[in-house]
Amino acid sequence: MRGDAKSMTVLTPATPAEAVALLSRDPGALPLAGGTDLMVGWNMGLLNGRVVLDLSRLDAWRRVKAARGGVSVGALVTHAALRRHPVVSKRFPLLSAACATVGAAQIQNRGTLGGNLANASPAADTFPALAVYEASVRLTGPSGPRELPVLELFAGVKKTRLRPGELIASVELPFPEKAPSAALFRKVGTRLAQAISKTMFAGLLWLDADGVVEEARLSFGSLAPTVRRLRAAEASLKGRRLDAAAAAAAADLLDADVSPIDDVRSTREYRLAASRNILRRFLEGAAR
Amino acid sequence: MSPIVLTVNGKRRSFGGPAFTRLIDFLRETLRLTGTKEGCGEGECGACTVLIDGAPVNSCLVPVCSVAGAKVETVESLGAPEKLSRLQQGFLDCAGAQCGICTPGMLMSAHAHLKAKGAKADDASVREAISGNLCRCTGYQHIVDSVLCAARKTAKRKR
Repeated sequence: MRGDAKSMTVLTPATPAEAVALLSRDPGALPLAGGTDLMVGWNMGLLNGRVVLDLSRLDAWRRVKAARGGVSVGALVTHAALRRHPVVSKRFPLLSAACATVGAAQIQNRGTLGGNLANASPAADTFPALAVYEASVRLTGPSGPRELPVLELFAGVKKTRLRPGELIASVELPFPEKAPSAALFRKVGTRLAQAISKTMFAGLLWLDADGVVEEARLSFGSLAPTVRRLRAAEASLKGRRLDAAAAAAAADLLDADVSPIDDVRSTREYRLAASRNILRRFLEGAAR
Repeated sequence: MSPIVLTVNGKRRSFGGPAFTRLIDFLRETLRLTGTKEGCGEGECGACTVLIDGAPVNSCLVPVCSVAGAKVETVESLGAPEKLSRLQQGFLDCAGAQCGICTPGMLMSAHAHLKAKGAKADDASVREAISGNLCRCTGYQHIVDSVLCAARKTAKRKR
């Protein structure tokens, strides 16, 4: 079975308001952003006969707006644009780094941040970075706009808490109050490009002048149905002088917050071992 | 529905068929531009790479409705058999093509890269630029050589 273009109905809103109105009337319609995931299913013949809400005319959602308090990334901004954006790459380098590991150029040029979020893959490369930058997602829908912390957007594997008729309008990234003492994005895949992650990490760390941890924000993807912050490890580090023992203790707390599985890409055991090592080395590196 | 208008290889084209037709099918079946190949149909192999507004994308993942007004470039835009582009000549000189199925996509990714980087293209940047294009024959070294060979010729021409 293949995709049959004749079986599809395409709705083409010209403005966000029109998109919301069309989707409210037809909540089963599939929003189409970059299409890099949706079209894979369509090519397999899984989406024939469906209604598609083509968002390609919504230029208002294709912009990155930098303001005093942070950056607002429109839902239709591509990974390629985020990777290159001067303010994003300077102030949110882990997000830029994550965008650079999504697929390869062809996917980065087409795939969007909003599409990535709506798709809610446990292995989405941008999520750990969004989690440590404490991004929130601005939604628009029939009952007006609302905002959710990024961690609360996800309800499970490929499931979001979007209500019927709601669309992702933008992602809001607040500037950190001060520059972190250490920051790292790390993805482990089978190869550098076109790999779906076995595990991936984003970490931000603030230390005081004595090397005591003021704040640690640590997040892993691909280790649970949804992206996770390591609340137990973060709490163990806070207020503690960062040394090898503190790093090892935090790494030991990893599985308090994650629950990796065996699947086609990796095993639970490998994922935990690799992730502990990434975490421990990040913390040890920051201690020096 | 009004037809979808876009520019393909410098010519304005209008499409009145089903709006969800994939770009690759519009190019191959409607316009008979069969240089673009379909490999996996999943965005993994890059054989179907074309440029949309100058950026490489997988044309098997793009419905025509989503690129109304865009500028599309396919491998046919690079050169003609009697007048190859420097990049195409590089692939010929350095044995960058073997079975040939990945070649149109490789050429388009490399073309976009050389347009952006020119003579500054180096081994690492070329490898990243073609990392979304799979080749099952050459082992990539000859392809990288071909692109760098074209980059050097571009540099000489400019000097």
